[in-house]
Amino acid sequence: MTVLHSAPKFASNDGVLDDLAGSLSVWLVSTSEEHGEIILTAKREEVGTVLKSLKEDHEYQQLMEIAGADYPDRAERFEVVYMLLSLTKNHRVMVKCSTDADTPVPTVTTLWPNAGWLEREVFDLYGVVFEGNQDLRRILTDYGFEGHPFRKDFPMTGYTELRYSEEEKRVVSEPVELPQDMRTFDFLSPWEGADYVLPGDEKAEGAPNVDKPKVTEKPADTGAGAKAEENAEEGTGAVPPDMIEIEIENEEDGK
Amino acid sequence: MSVQIEESPTNDGEVIKNYTLNFGPQHPAAHGVLRMVMELDGEVVERVDPHVGLLHRGTEKLIEQKTYLQALPYFDRLDYCSPLCQEHSYVLAIEKLLNIEVPERAQYLRVLFAELTRICNHMLNIGAHVMDVGAMTPNLWVFELREDCLNFFERASGARMHSAWFRPGGVHQDVPEKLLVDIGDWLDNRFFQLFDDAMSLVMDNRIFKQRNVDIAIVGRDDAIAWGFSGPMIRAAGIPWDLRKSQPYDVYDRMEFDIPVGTNSDCYDRFMVRVKEVRESAKIIKQCLRDMPQGPIASTDGKVSPPKRGEMKQSMESLIHHFKLYTEGFHVPAGEVYVATESPKGEFGVYLVSDGTNKPYRCKIRPTAFSHLQAMEMMTKGHMLADATAILGAIDVVFGECDR
Repeated sequence: MTVLHSAPKFASNDGVLDDLAGSLSVWLVSTSEEHGEIILTAKREEVGTVLKSLKEDHEYQQLMEIAGADYPDRAERFEVVYMLLSLTKNHRVMVKCSTDADTPVPTVTTLWPNAGWLEREVFDLYGVVFEGNQDLRRILTDYGFEGHPFRKDFPMTGYTELRYSEEEKRVVSEPVELPQDMRTFDFLSPWEGADYVLPGDEKAEGAPNVDKPKVTEKPADTGAGAKAEENAEEGTGAVPPDMIEIEIENEEDGK
Repeated sequence: MSVQIEESPTNDGEVIKNYTLNFGPQHPAAHGVLRMVMELDGEVVERVDPHVGLLHRGTEKLIEQKTYLQALPYFDRLDYCSPLCQEHSYVLAIEKLLNIEVPERAQYLRVLFAELTRICNHMLNIGAHVMDVGAMTPNLWVFELREDCLNFFERASGARMHSAWFRPGGVHQDVPEKLLVDIGDWLDNRFFQLFDDAMSLVMDNRIFKQRNVDIAIVGRDDAIAWGFSGPMIRAAGIPWDLRKSQPYDVYDRMEFDIPVGTNSDCYDRFMVRVKEVRESAKIIKQCLRDMPQGPIASTDGKVSPPKRGEMKQSMESLIHHFKLYTEGFHVPAGEVYVATESPKGEFGVYLVSDGTNKPYRCKIRPTAFSHLQAMEMMTKGHMLADATAILGAIDVVFGECDR
């Protein structure tokens, strides 16, 4: 695919994937190269080994970011994505592993000191546990916060709200009370790909019963009801204008 | 500030009082809402534990609920000192997934305004840094220049700070010709006079040097290991600039130098920023000189909205407009990590698309996270008063750090 966009251009990906997959394949589940990004999916237990090898043998010196992501439909719903940058090769790769809420991921704080906060953030927002991280406190959410807010099943509005209570002279936490329902729109076209049933469509379930003919039994069923006025019921006796018959010449004959 | 005193006996039987001190969360030198729990031995800092997240607004979660276009203004509100540079990463990430071409004029406009944003950001940081270490006047002068930058943003986008002007496929509106002329005039006739005057008060100032030179020296290896970027890594002597090494838009056509430091202390970080302002001015001038005429947004009607005039004439344009502002555009499934050189360092966006009109996941890589995390490493062994200088030299903004 020709590159039309003007996003940052780092060193070419040609051959990098083969090179990395060759030396790391034992620890990898899959590899991919899409949209110009190289993604290595590692086995969870071996993610530390893969990152160590990338850092020490393949010159990816910097860990720029650890991102969490939640895919509730998968057996292991969380993904932890490590973004690596090589200053010498001017190249980026992503390394991923997946996990669930209970299985810990090995820490990389031993490789990069800045992994500490990044892991804390993934723990805070997704509840992924990092084995070996000595300081796995919450980082972005409030002191005493419960739950992991970036999980897809955590509501946008949250569960509690804070306010200053004049009576108690302190900030109190109460369950969220919304004067109006949270409004969410998916903005998707209902004819293409929306996953809900349009109003009225639920009637269409099953095949229509064609053996039973649909008939109108009495005037009320037509929706018209009884005539409003007596006069109207009597009618005027007016006769509709006669149909005028016109002889149409056969054009083809006329010619 | 609240102070707690712990008594800890040493092996000589002497009693040394160690202070645990709360720096912030409301402290003028904390550059926002930062709480640092510091352990002091006399006036020397022994341990620092920065508590961040006091400005956490759940931006990434909010973005998941919005269409790609609706999510854009959130980026202005991350690092509110350099709004357009944050948008830059986001629109480039979308464009990378869509693989659409951006017209040349739009690329030039984006680079021009990204550099103007860099000047605007550095004016704030340079001013705040000198104020943190005790000087008042230069801050007032450079704020004057910052005001000029904000006026330019207003003339381009209608908003002084939260511009929302970069759009997937280009920019929102073309700029008036007079604005480009005025930016050139401003650089030639006003900017450097004021800036040089202000800096002449600071750069060789004895007090300023005493407060900054040899404070928080970070070695090359440490800077790399801690994930430093931007002026922080350049001050450590590593000429790493994403505009140069991984050029985006028309940065590959620009001629500019990367200033680097030699000593990797707070003074070097400050000086790198001062030099960067000059390089930005160079880039702006090149943009003004080379900018071609032409469209300012992608001509793909499925991504960028039609002109108002076209909508009166063409049914197709009307439909495009309606679809774009209700349903939005669909982005092909996939994931990208796009990082640009924001004034503070590497600002990255990890965008996961599932093929619908909303991002499935949008992870923002704040620049301040790595830098602030190294605060303990940098501050240890320095005086309490140095903490403000170190913080000023990091250039931290909490809108972006806490998201």
